[in-house]
Amino acid sequence: MLTVNDIHVYYGNIHALKGVSFQVNEGEIVALIGANGAGKSTTLKTISGMMHPRSGKITFLDEDITHTDAYKLPAKGLAQVPEGRRIFLQMTVMENLEMGAYIHKGKVPAEDFENVFSHFPRLKERRSQIAGTLSGGEQQMLAMGRALMSHPKLLMLDEPSMGLAPILVEEIFSIIQEFHAAGATILLVEQNAEMALQVADRAYVLESGSIALSGTGTELAQSDEIKKAYLGG
Amino acid sequence: MTFLNYLLSGISLGSIYAIIALGYTMVYGIAKMLNFAHGDVIMVGSYICFFAVSRFALPPVVGVLAAMAVCTVLGILVERLAYKPLRAAPSLAVLITAIGVSYFLQNGAQLLWTPNPKVFPSVVGNGRLALFGGQLTVSYVTLVTIASCVVIMIALTLFTGHTKMGKAMRACSEDKGAAQLMGINVNSTISVTFAIGSGLAAVAGVLLCSAYPNLVPTTGSMPGIKAFTAAVFGGIGSIPGAMLGGILLGVIEIFAKAYISTQLSDAVVFAVLIIVLLVKPAGLLGKKISEKV
Ligand SMILES: Nc1ncnc2c1ncn2[C@@H]1O[C@H](COP(=O)(O)OP(=O)(O)OP(=O)(O)O)[C@@H](O)[C@H]1O
Ligand SMILES: [Mg+2]
Repeated sequence: MLTVNDIHVYYGNIHALKGVSFQVNEGEIVALIGANGAGKSTTLKTISGMMHPRSGKITFLDEDITHTDAYKLPAKGLAQVPEGRRIFLQMTVMENLEMGAYIHKGKVPAEDFENVFSHFPRLKERRSQIAGTLSGGEQQMLAMGRALMSHPKLLMLDEPSMGLAPILVEEIFSIIQEFHAAGATILLVEQNAEMALQVADRAYVLESGSIALSGTGTELAQSDEIKKAYLGG
Repeated sequence: MTFLNYLLSGISLGSIYAIIALGYTMVYGIAKMLNFAHGDVIMVGSYICFFAVSRFALPPVVGVLAAMAVCTVLGILVERLAYKPLRAAPSLAVLITAIGVSYFLQNGAQLLWTPNPKVFPSVVGNGRLALFGGQLTVSYVTLVTIASCVVIMIALTLFTGHTKMGKAMRACSEDKGAAQLMGINVNSTISVTFAIGSGLAAVAGVLLCSAYPNLVPTTGSMPGIKAFTAAVFGGIGSIPGAMLGGILLGVIEIFAKAYISTQLSDAVVFAVLIIVLLVKPAGLLGKKISEKV
């Protein structure tokens, strides 16, 4: 579904991604783990068109999207929940969801909102509240709900567990599994390697801008290197 | 009754500032830049209306529409040619460019239309409405100005609050990156904002020149600066703030002229601005919602 082939990405002259290649097949949850500054967010930003690689190629659903403008990608079925959530803080919960459905022509069907509320009942209670007044966990839920509104074929999540209490982390991960059970394909970036490897079918480990390891979630969870570097043992 | 008269002229002048301030504030909200050429768009609009009505003897309504059309296109062009290439540049570079565009428009107007003042034909007529058995008279220009401001305020509130484009505009002014991830074309949203701001500037120009009929190539600069002040006063980036700031500024200016001193009125206006900003640095209605982690 998504193929990233040898991409090199720079911030000015900082070489952030040094030939990253991986792929995501339909129906999978693929995790991308790695330490701070490894290049995980850069990878997602490059896929979603917020940045463009200097060389290499990105293919999504058999289409070359390497240099496609970011705003054209949601209509092709790509959605990203960016790092730090980046919901529209001064807009209401409903308006945020409407923005998620921006590519939808005409009136957004009520079922789409209901679908989001079925995953996140708390958002329904708070539908007319200004998003900036939501708690951190609720904001994460809104960010995920907003991404669902475009009916993405591939959903990319950048550290959905960041800054959340353990109980909320569990909740967010079980929702990711709900999405998966409903047939969604997911590319998950996480620092919480333990949780990520539990839900992932396959995973890649990024280290200073290149893929250091890859395998199934279970394989990596048991590998000694991973245990030492990311799982605290 | 003189008090009421002053109040009405204050609200009327303030309405003009408010309409101009809307353009400043909307553009600032979305492009995070101070478009100092905005005042000169007012002047261009006034000239277009002047020529349409005085030279081509077109009905005033057509003159206003022509001014709006030309200014809308001008606003889009200025953004595309002067500001868009600087989207990633430091804000100082953009500011200097805006000042450059401002002088370009003023000098262009001098070249095309000469610096000699033109007497602007009021598009509303010079009648006055007598109220309270003639104790209070209000000119039609004043009434039309206030009414236009109210209509514009309502229309913009509906637009930004209830239309898809309006909401996309608010989304872009909060976070362009996130807006793009929703599929919003940020460049065209910015164009639409410039178009609306410049169309409103044309209306403001026509109203301004109907009240103060002396049209020269620098006609737009002082009202432009006042309206910018009004936008900051109300809280830059906030649409209701621009409205409130504009009207208050107009009222303060007229009262200062009437009761303190004509020469000092501008000083009074700016003193009030400074005091407000000391107490509320974000302006009257400016707000900052902090992000939760
Ligand atoms: N805007 C930027 N300008 C310059 N360098 C940047 C910028 N953003 C990221 N980098 C650099 O690129 C590298 C990869 O950053 P990236 O944000 O992709 O890391 P990450 O894996 O997502 O880290 P984290 O887990 O902390 O979010 C880092 O070395 C970082 O310093
Ligand atoms: Mg990151």
